[in-house]
Amino acid sequence: MESVLALRGLVLLRDSVEWEGRSLLKALIKKAALGGEQVHILGCEVSEEEFRAGFDSSINSRLVYYDLFRDPLNWAQTGEALPGGPLGALQAMCKRTDPGPVTVALDSLSWLLLRLPCAALCQALCAMSRQHACRGGGPAAEQLCVLGLLHRELHGPGPTGALSSLAQTEVTLGGTAGQASAHILCRRPRQRPPLETLWFSVLPDLSLDLQGGPPLESQPHPDPHTPQVEPASHLTFNLHLSKREREAKDSLTLPFQFSSEKQQALLRPGPGPATSRIFYEPDAFDDLDPEDPDGDLDV
Amino acid sequence: MFPELNNLLNTTPDRAEQGKLTLLCDANTDGSFLVHHFLSFYLKANCKVCFVALIQSFSHYNIVGQKLGVSLTVARECGQLVFLEGLKSSVDVFFRAQAEPHPLQFLREANAENLQPLYEFVREALKPVDDGEAAWRCPVLLVDDLSVLLSLGMGAVAVLDFIHYCRATVCWERKGNIVALVHDSGDTEDEENNILLNGLSHQSHLILRAEGLPTGFCRDVHGQLRILWRTPSQPTTQRDRSLTYQYKIQDRSVSFFAKGMSPAVL
Repeated sequence: MESVLALRGLVLLRDSVEWEGRSLLKALIKKAALGGEQVHILGCEVSEEEFRAGFDSSINSRLVYYDLFRDPLNWAQTGEALPGGPLGALQAMCKRTDPGPVTVALDSLSWLLLRLPCAALCQALCAMSRQHACRGGGPAAEQLCVLGLLHRELHGPGPTGALSSLAQTEVTLGGTAGQASAHILCRRPRQRPPLETLWFSVLPDLSLDLQGGPPLESQPHPDPHTPQVEPASHLTFNLHLSKREREAKDSLTLPFQFSSEKQQALLRPGPGPATSRIFYEPDAFDDLDPEDPDGDLDV
Repeated sequence: MFPELNNLLNTTPDRAEQGKLTLLCDANTDGSFLVHHFLSFYLKANCKVCFVALIQSFSHYNIVGQKLGVSLTVARECGQLVFLEGLKSSVDVFFRAQAEPHPLQFLREANAENLQPLYEFVREALKPVDDGEAAWRCPVLLVDDLSVLLSLGMGAVAVLDFIHYCRATVCWERKGNIVALVHDSGDTEDEENNILLNGLSHQSHLILRAEGLPTGFCRDVHGQLRILWRTPSQPTTQRDRSLTYQYKIQDRSVSFFAKGMSPAVL
């Protein structure tokens, strides 16, 4: 998890109904704020009051909050709604970040993805890092961190895959026996993405308590959209043939395959083993009539 | 209300929490007993209740309510209960002037994009009374059920938007509660219903899921109830987050027992 806190770019926090991810999002926000970064939050799913609960006043004063919860679609027509709807709010937030290290939290990406076209959302996320790089004078990869909360049951493989391709880090939340775990996938250019699984808990003051890797028997549940394990990998029988076995199989003549050699063998009585004989011992009740062998049948 | 269910949820009408969204879900069974429970629970808790009843008639809920000790007729007359009878009002939509707003206006529109009229109805129904008397404890919105809105042509996101605005007004602004029933058809191809169910699950503080027994119908065990407590914004301390019980529905009560511990079996 320390590596997650150090990386920049888009970080997907993939949670589920059983294992919610908002408390982890808040813990990462707290870490960024304590590190002196600017923190901008687009709040769609819960009220600002509920989101800020748990942060102390020094952290709360550093958070720049954009409230898309109260009236996201401008139904109230009070003029207080963020202009431009959800996409306008996201784009406006990109423009208001100052140069320097900044963390942007999207609570949640799922809320935005259900209401915006996936392409528009991905473009807005890309534009965010470009605009920040233009302003900051340094590569955006080092300056900007976008934490996006994604509820994994809500989206199909298409949108999820699109966001995964943009993300530098994916944290998939799970757990067992009341203990939460994070399955972390970091993407680095031209390197194999390392996988890491950690147990963690978020304390009431929103600090992170990391507890190392899980026991062997409790792995996080695989995501339904990732490829499944090869089903033939642990069989007790052999599905494949060796070269010798394949040659023997190919040269085998099937019993009902009639070839000219077989025909000749059948027509020519060979010096094979003697023909078999049947020995019959009649019972006392048998009534054998050689002239009418079927006489005992009631036909 | 069912006292045994109150015990499982560790709540009473006097100690009802506020600002919460409770999701009721049923799969392969009828979860309407949960709706009747919460309707009588919040009426007994002296809350102002707005009931968006799209499935059954007023008299149906009233008859069941009387078995549970509440009279919907009296509650409606004294202003505690605002009852939107969907079956009756849906016909009214077609016999009034188009300019007049109606909560079920979307039935009349070919391309209804949202449920704003229904939200405005709820907001108006649960508006705080300004006459200085604190008559009711907190507002409660009860919906039976949300899946039928999908069947009537609304999209899942439109229904989620409706609940979003209800949460903002009822739960956050007025510190009230919402209870809504969604069916789980179990059909993985029903994307709209799955989006609605999962989307609401992520916003809920409490999920009650009634499921039919996987082995089929049983005379003494009518189903099992899975209870999931969630805290969508706060880190949780170690506690029982999920419980599963089996139940049997009787004439005026529902009895709950641990799996395999039905009195008929013991």
